[in-house]
Amino acid sequence: MHATSGIPIVTMSKYSIFSLVRNALGYHENWPLAWRSPEPKAEYDVVIVGGGGHGLATAYYLAKEHGIRNVAVLEKGWLGGGNTGRNTTIIRSNYLWDESAALYEHSLKLYEGLSQELNFNIMFSQRGVLNLAHNLHDMRELSRRVNANRLNGIDSEILTPEQIKAIVPILNTSPTARYPVLGASLQRRGGTARHDAVAWGFARGADAHGVDIIQNCEVTGIRRNGARVEGVETSRGYIAAKKVGVVVAGHCSVLAGMAGFRLPIESHPLQALVSEPVKPIHHSVVMSNAVHVYVSQSDKGELVIGAGIDAYNSYAQRGSFAVVEGQIGALVELFPIFSRLRMMRQWGGIVDVCPDASPIIGKTPVENLFFNCGWGTGGFKATPGSGWVFAHTIATGEPHPLNAPFTLERFTTGFLIDEHGAAAVAH
Amino acid sequence: MTSQPFRRLEGGLIDRDRPLTFRFDGSTFTGYAGDTLASALLANGVTLVGRSFKYHRRRGIVAAGVEEPNALATLREGNRQEPNLRATQVELFDGLTASSQNRWPSLDFDVGGINNILSRFLPAGFYYKTFMWPAGAWMFYERFIRAAAGLGKAPLLGDPDYYERRHAHCDVLVVGAGPAGLSAALAAGRSGARVILVDDNAALGGSLRGDTATINEVPALAWVDEVGGTLEALENVRILTRATAVGYYDQNLITVCERVADHLARPDPHQPRQRLWWVRAKRVVLATGAIERPLVFANNDLPGVMLASAVRTYQLQYAVKCGRRAVVFTNNDSAYSCVSALMGGGVPVSAVVDTRASGPGDAARKIVDSSGVECLFGHAVVGALGRQRVTSVEVMALADGGSRVTGRSRVIDCDLLCVSGGWNPTVHLFSQSQGKLRYDEGLTSFVPDASSQAESSAGAARGELGLDACLRGGIEAGAEAARLAGFTPTEDVEAARCDHVDEAPVEALWAVPLPARRHGKRFVDLQNDVTAEDVALADREGYQSVEHLKRYTTLGMGTDQGRTSNVNGLAILAGLRDSDIPSVGTTTFRPPFNPVTLGTITAREVGADLAPLRLSPMHDWHAGVGANFVTVGLWLRTQFYARPGEAMMEAINREVLAVRNAVGMVDVSTLGKIEIQGRDAAEFLERVYINRWTNLQVGRCRYGFMLREDGFILDDGTTTRVADNNFYMTTTTAQAGPVMAHLEYYAQTVWPELHVHLTSVTDQWAGMAIAGPRSREVLAAACEGGDVGDESLPFMGYLESRIAGVPVRLFRMTFSGEMAYEVHTPSDYGIRVWEALMAAGKDFAITPYGTEAMSVLRIEKGHVVGAELDGRTIPADFGFERMQKKDRDFIGKRSLERPALAYGPRKRFVGLISEDGRKIPRGAQLVWNPTAPKPVPMLGHVSSTCYSPNLGNYIALALLEDADGYQGKLLYASSPLTDSHVPVRVGHSVFIDPEGERARG
Ligand SMILES: Cc1cc2nc3c(=O)[nH]c(=O)nc-3n(C[C@H](O)[C@H](O)[C@H](O)COP(=O)(O)OP(=O)(O)OC[C@H]3O[C@@H](n4cnc5c(N)ncnc54)[C@H](O)[C@@H]3O)c2cc1C
Repeated sequence: MHATSGIPIVTMSKYSIFSLVRNALGYHENWPLAWRSPEPKAEYDVVIVGGGGHGLATAYYLAKEHGIRNVAVLEKGWLGGGNTGRNTTIIRSNYLWDESAALYEHSLKLYEGLSQELNFNIMFSQRGVLNLAHNLHDMRELSRRVNANRLNGIDSEILTPEQIKAIVPILNTSPTARYPVLGASLQRRGGTARHDAVAWGFARGADAHGVDIIQNCEVTGIRRNGARVEGVETSRGYIAAKKVGVVVAGHCSVLAGMAGFRLPIESHPLQALVSEPVKPIHHSVVMSNAVHVYVSQSDKGELVIGAGIDAYNSYAQRGSFAVVEGQIGALVELFPIFSRLRMMRQWGGIVDVCPDASPIIGKTPVENLFFNCGWGTGGFKATPGSGWVFAHTIATGEPHPLNAPFTLERFTTGFLIDEHGAAAVAH
Repeated sequence: MTSQPFRRLEGGLIDRDRPLTFRFDGSTFTGYAGDTLASALLANGVTLVGRSFKYHRRRGIVAAGVEEPNALATLREGNRQEPNLRATQVELFDGLTASSQNRWPSLDFDVGGINNILSRFLPAGFYYKTFMWPAGAWMFYERFIRAAAGLGKAPLLGDPDYYERRHAHCDVLVVGAGPAGLSAALAAGRSGARVILVDDNAALGGSLRGDTATINEVPALAWVDEVGGTLEALENVRILTRATAVGYYDQNLITVCERVADHLARPDPHQPRQRLWWVRAKRVVLATGAIERPLVFANNDLPGVMLASAVRTYQLQYAVKCGRRAVVFTNNDSAYSCVSALMGGGVPVSAVVDTRASGPGDAARKIVDSSGVECLFGHAVVGALGRQRVTSVEVMALADGGSRVTGRSRVIDCDLLCVSGGWNPTVHLFSQSQGKLRYDEGLTSFVPDASSQAESSAGAARGELGLDACLRGGIEAGAEAARLAGFTPTEDVEAARCDHVDEAPVEALWAVPLPARRHGKRFVDLQNDVTAEDVALADREGYQSVEHLKRYTTLGMGTDQGRTSNVNGLAILAGLRDSDIPSVGTTTFRPPFNPVTLGTITAREVGADLAPLRLSPMHDWHAGVGANFVTVGLWLRTQFYARPGEAMMEAINREVLAVRNAVGMVDVSTLGKIEIQGRDAAEFLERVYINRWTNLQVGRCRYGFMLREDGFILDDGTTTRVADNNFYMTTTTAQAGPVMAHLEYYAQTVWPELHVHLTSVTDQWAGMAIAGPRSREVLAAACEGGDVGDESLPFMGYLESRIAGVPVRLFRMTFSGEMAYEVHTPSDYGIRVWEALMAAGKDFAITPYGTEAMSVLRIEKGHVVGAELDGRTIPADFGFERMQKKDRDFIGKRSLERPALAYGPRKRFVGLISEDGRKIPRGAQLVWNPTAPKPVPMLGHVSSTCYSPNLGNYIALALLEDADGYQGKLLYASSPLTDSHVPVRVGHSVFIDPEGERARG
């Protein structure tokens, strides 16, 4: 175990090509810990429950932007072991409604400077995200969304099949395809990033600002004093906290249950798979809602393939093979040359789906207890932005204008931000 | 053509009478039937077969089976090209072409080898620490990283082969046909249980195919043949070879990938290439064997370093010598059988290096004693030497329980180093089944512990490595599985006999220490180039959870899923952290066990068969007159009927005007149709629709909205009371499925007490709408008997009649706003009735029209479709709030009471007319000032737009905030996409006949 000091420290050995060379000469025996693993203290100003990307980003921005450093992130397993480390890493901000567009665009902008900000290469690769349209209805909905994006100042365009073919030559754009490609929206600033690096980079950054990152520490209860939160029971004992922020994705309903209220959220399995690595063949991200599949190629060469959720509710991090079968059928139809490639690994995560497909970020019925959840199938792209607004909300006790519309109350008031439907897409 | 210098003249299971020619990297070689690509390459002395993933180091064949990390090749060419195949699993066929991967320009001289020289600067995770400057430059660096990564190349042509899927059920599924699996299948099969036995290999026997043991006093293979014959003869047993169980899912679903034709140059005609079996088994017996672990020492990746069991297999099964002179390096007794195989096959063994100070057990000792091989107990190979391949090994004594090497080092010449670091039971499927693993100190490996599904493991797969234990364990597991599946095992099945071999226990040595002050690469994961030093680096930097270790270093993330590396990596990490292996944990094995061809997963559902194409019963008629079709969901519908020389817009305008001025007919067969029957049918409708239904008279139709639970509109449509307890509902084309599911959900789970039955009859009824001022005359002319006038068929009335001798259902309702009727008839009569109506309409100039004209007609009339009912709108948005009944509950009612829906500012439905006669762009947003700074405030959006030939202008429907306030005002329909910002005047959503007089006639 490594010693912990109560005094916040801002130390971080800087990564650079020079430090790499210097360390190489020492046979890499002098690299410091990326983050400490301290024993939990008895009390913190803020406890963040959930060591996924969102939780870690929240802690980072709390310390960095708001100077709140007496913070612990409690993770029941290993950092990034939830959806952060399981997702297909598509990043884009071309959402339909103003509220979503503003939030996701803020996040995209943060992503654009994140490697430098964190001094950790998160490999944000703006290779462009295409959404295919296969019929007139799709085309109309794409036009609606792209026009809204453009008026919101978000880069977004629509490509003809010929223009698509130029970007994705291996796509089947034959007019006789079962689902012919009529067009696609493209966000050039969209792309992918390395999911683990996002978690690790934020963890390292938060740690450098004095945040205690505590793994293998499961929150088993939320203690309240009347209407107010006091602390959390954990597998490593009780930890008192002035404020508690919960960011546990698929398990948010469980945590809400501990605090004594309910969330309008369903937890579903969402699966993904990768092919064996092959030399670069697919350079952008292609998504098709109508045939239900999306695919990119990782830097290692694997095709990263995903689709929609399994229809049933579950907390088991696996889904049914039938869903995989359907998505592969769609994939091979769109990319006939992939037929002879092979699936190497498949897995699932549990996503927290809100009725309007938008997140909940803000206050709860319990004082000083804040929730950030409901990102469903598409929260990776929001990681820095979500942490940023959530940190603001926890620090000031009030939402930032960017997350003000994303309240829990909207499900009782009806002021929804419905990103469902053909106009929007998952992930 | 070269001879096969490393092939023994006799022995092995290859067929020397069937020589096969094949090409590897452009050179031609020969092998024999029964070879794998790997064994044939080895027989020809080819030791360099690939380059490693990251450092591009020279790599040779290591294994003989599914665990091979190095020997990945691209097989075949052109449209059958396939990358990343393990040479150890590719059956040789005549004319096979293979090429090595991940090298440029050639395998021997690979520019990527520069990475090896720079490897010191490229430790695990180096890319997280650099390539960050200048900001945004990552994509520049990434191009090179991507180009260097990846393994083989994807084919560039479509796949000429096809694939199949089969579903099967059985009582007992046995995975693996080695001694344990065969015994299990025999015991279960004899009981009468339906058994499926699957094995990866082309023939039964598993490990026995490269073994010299005797079973029941006969050679092991004779026993295999005998059991195989018995099983073949049992009707209740199905044997699948070349079939790998790849996935173990919930409810005992196992997917099995059968390689039907991969051992042929091309599949026979009418033969699938591969077949994916979905097997549901009552019980599963996993007899998947065990996989040997390599040992970790400096330069352990040099070609010529091989698993001892693989060397033995090549020697015995393929009659291939893997080298000219060998050293065996082990920490357990199993490698001693490799010594006897080598010596027996004429490969001298210079030394046996055994890490155990006390040496092996008696049986193993006998082998070395009788052959006089030098034994170095308590020693280890500290490094393999050589540039192209192993030329010698350096050996030192171990001290302090293996934590240090001491003394003078000795260099022993050899070109083959056979290593064995113990055995890992093949627990992948067990782990996929959610079973829990336990670390067995004695075996130094993970073994199955508690099962989570109806499954048991047998033989080496559960850590019972001895042959006698496998035979016994197999029989027991098979009999038990049969019993649990409800069968009575027969008494006469008993375990086959063989000699028991006493072995001394394995002694863990996870990584051979480097001699003092020396550095070297000790590979843990050969495929992904992860070294023991990388593991140490990960630990040092805090990536200490096993999952972090994997992800940071990429250990075990290759195509071999870390079969030879996981446990070694885990143990090295545990050692660094001074903790025991179980508390460091184990990684989750994810499906599939072996990579599965994507084509096999989708099977026949590709191309046109990906999804059914739905055609209207009248499709042939439309096609016959040259209609233009458009896809709508799964349907193909007529978009318009262009006359010769007529442009699309001309055709549409002509069709629209024909309906407004005379009469037209459109095919509406695609509408969803649901029969709702039972004594509570009316009550059911009352609950699912927002309006009143119990008071609907027999013979009358009614229009209504159906909401989701959250208050938003699910669908609209018309339902007719055909009889007291019999309603006929129509839904929109797109929502037919969802509405049916929605209704079934409520009928079955929420209100099971209601006596109501739902039947989808979409495909049973053809539907056609005749619309226009003269539609009644057409109908009257066509209908046989009975009046269709206002009396008998009033607006929203229903009547049964006959046309062309065929029974029809007539509905008087309108979508176009004109006087209109829908005529439904059983699908088979669709064309007959359609033609009869066309004939009857001839005198009235009846015009068939398509979806485009239909759309214009309904936009002119302000009728809503999916574009407006997009899941975000409520009835009040369209002015239908009065339709909502006040006195009764209905689905969604309480949600509508939420403030935002009840009185919040909502966008409401309006009509737009182009102010300057320009086209209103599709998907436009409504704004005050399109050139305002961004973000431009959006007031609403255009949902549907068209040219109205009746108004002679472009019109649109839209949802707009403060709709009343903007009435009569000018706004812009803004489409930055097309760079058009069209001024539009806001008005009422009904452009034509707002009083609705035309429909009532
Ligand atoms: C297969 C898949 C593909 C996806 N693809 C995309 C995509 O392409 N683009 C995109 O934007 N999004 C995608 N997503 C969604 C995205 O992954 C998530 O929205 C996002 O990562 C959520 O991050 P998080 O930090 O909120 O949650 P997580 O990363 O899940 O972190 C929550 C953490 O809370 C911990 N926890 C839970 N309960 C407790 C407890 N009681 N005590 C302590 N800790 C607890 C969990 O262990 C977990 O580590 C995908 C998701 C999946 C599953």
